[in-house]
Amino acid sequence: MVMVELLAERFNFIIVIILMMTGLYAVVATGNLVKRLVGLSLFQTSVFLLYITIGKVFGGQPPILPEYGGGHGESDYGAASTDHAAGAAEYAADTAHQSAEVLYSNPLPHVLILTAIVVGVATLSVGLALVVRIRETYGTIEDEAINKADYAVDSAGRGA
Amino acid sequence: MEFLSSLLPAHVAEHAPALVVVAPLLMAAVAAIMPNGRLGWGVALLTTAVSAVLAVAIVVEVQTGGVISYAMGGWQPPAGIEFRIDNLNAVLLLLIAALGLLSTIYALPSVADEIAENRQALFYSAFLVCFAGLLGVAITGDAFNMFVFLEISSISTYVLVGMGAGNDRRALTAAYNYLILGTIGATFFVIGVGFLYMATGTLNMADMAERLPDMSDNRVVQAAFAFIIVGLGLKAAMFPLHLWLPNAYAYAPNFVTSFLATTATKVAFYTLVRFLFDVFWPDAPFVQVSFLWVFAVLGIIGMIVASVQAVFQDDARRLLAFSSVAQVGYMMLGLGIGTAAGVSAGMLHLVNHALMKGALFMALGAFAIRFGVRRISDLNGFARSMPFTSVAFTIAGLSLVGVPMTIGFWSKWYLGVAAFENGWWWAVAALILSSLIALAYVARMLAAIWVAEPHHDRSGGIASARAPWLMLVPMWILAFANIWFFFQPDFLVSLTNAAAEAALNGASQ
Repeated sequence: MVMVELLAERFNFIIVIILMMTGLYAVVATGNLVKRLVGLSLFQTSVFLLYITIGKVFGGQPPILPEYGGGHGESDYGAASTDHAAGAAEYAADTAHQSAEVLYSNPLPHVLILTAIVVGVATLSVGLALVVRIRETYGTIEDEAINKADYAVDSAGRGA
Repeated sequence: MEFLSSLLPAHVAEHAPALVVVAPLLMAAVAAIMPNGRLGWGVALLTTAVSAVLAVAIVVEVQTGGVISYAMGGWQPPAGIEFRIDNLNAVLLLLIAALGLLSTIYALPSVADEIAENRQALFYSAFLVCFAGLLGVAITGDAFNMFVFLEISSISTYVLVGMGAGNDRRALTAAYNYLILGTIGATFFVIGVGFLYMATGTLNMADMAERLPDMSDNRVVQAAFAFIIVGLGLKAAMFPLHLWLPNAYAYAPNFVTSFLATTATKVAFYTLVRFLFDVFWPDAPFVQVSFLWVFAVLGIIGMIVASVQAVFQDDARRLLAFSSVAQVGYMMLGLGIGTAAGVSAGMLHLVNHALMKGALFMALGAFAIRFGVRRISDLNGFARSMPFTSVAFTIAGLSLVGVPMTIGFWSKWYLGVAAFENGWWWAVAALILSSLIALAYVARMLAAIWVAEPHHDRSGGIASARAPWLMLVPMWILAFANIWFFFQPDFLVSLTNAAAEAALNGASQ
């Protein structure tokens, strides 16, 4: 029982580790260049999840200041407006303590990960472009076949 | 140098730390739309020259006025991104800017020879992005920002390496493998940074350095340390994480190899120094353990094994690439010694290695452009075919071995003294052994150039040619620097001593 609780508490981290190891294993184990890139992306994505998990604060609100958040809420979700109205009333009644009392989730990891996603996309596209060129040149995307082709050329060059 | 920086208008000098990175990043877009390679080269040359002037101005200011802290966009650190230049990264800034400029001068004939005309402008654009990324890594004071710059430089490096496919199709697989390993390295680094952020709640490296000494028992910090060392070790081609390097250097275009060999792994090595001594606390038990059992041991194994591998290479550039892995081993040994003298010797070897390898790869590029040589046996008798290039190659080659009258001697001398002061006589023995092996592989090439019978052309005469001026000038500047700094070592030694001082004392503040 203690074990289950422990696991449940760290659920996100377990998922991160599983994804990370799956990705890394795929990179190492397969000889197919595209599948290797898939593994690499999975590996990178697990890190995104790790960062997002760090950003979560238990009981934390979305990190939007009330005076801005209220307006958005009304226009976007009709049902939530009463909630926000109550929140706004509370806000007006107790402005002095508001900032100290409201607990926000940490927005910084999300911003970092937006950047990291861009980096991941760029890496993946360069990698796929390289695979396309390799396929045009060698006619295969299997690691072993490529090595064999190179070896054949190399030993032929040496013989000449 | 003071005169040069006094020429800058005050408002430019004030924003120099941002401009030195932003200028090449913006000009990369300009270079991309240039109609031909010559104009693209012009843009690249102009930009690297501007960056070099700005870098010199920054370094002068650091030496006279101490640490520069530049708040990006006016957001004050530690919340905003800080560009922070102290004596440690000032060395790197100077090195990248100077070698970026020299490589760009060298690039025009080399790129015109190797890259298809319609791709040359784009090629220079990718080079400028890489240059900006490397400068960014060197200058930033924010750990996550460092990751972003590291990837900016790496992604464009994969492209640059892949452009060698016109000469040899293996450049494609080399670039692909570099991409896979480089990305794994960067991801390990970013995991480590995430852990540090978890533990300290900050991304600013100076801020982290203040908070970390209190948490050396924290398991998260220790895990972060391991991830960061592995990640940056991959980028720096630390043995045994160097597997991407030999092929990437051997099959990339010549200009790319001479640029990367002098800057990219050097920058990754700097980030290691920054994290080991500045961000982490060198007195923490887990850092202490890594000095001896990770850096010193792997450094020594690397410098012997990679040197032996170099001896058995047929391809001249692959030989030098393996030698680069061995040289990284020397720098790692300097780190492993862990004293100010050791770090200083490591940094000195970093600068010296950039000067000698730059000249060597440039000379090989000059051989290649005239006679298309790759193998060592193709170099036979080149002393008579291309005497100027051969002499430059010889000077730099002797410097690589560490012969007196060249700067290579000083790197090994200071490294040996630092190891000896630490009581590591076995490290000194390994140093001497590795230098002897280096003598063997350099002698192989020099024997081919000077002693072996030259190739005769069909009429029975000896083909001879002179490399283009644009290649000879930067090559000779580097070769000359190899001798000049033997007789005037004070400039480099004082720079690297200050760097080691900054690395070690920054942590204990």
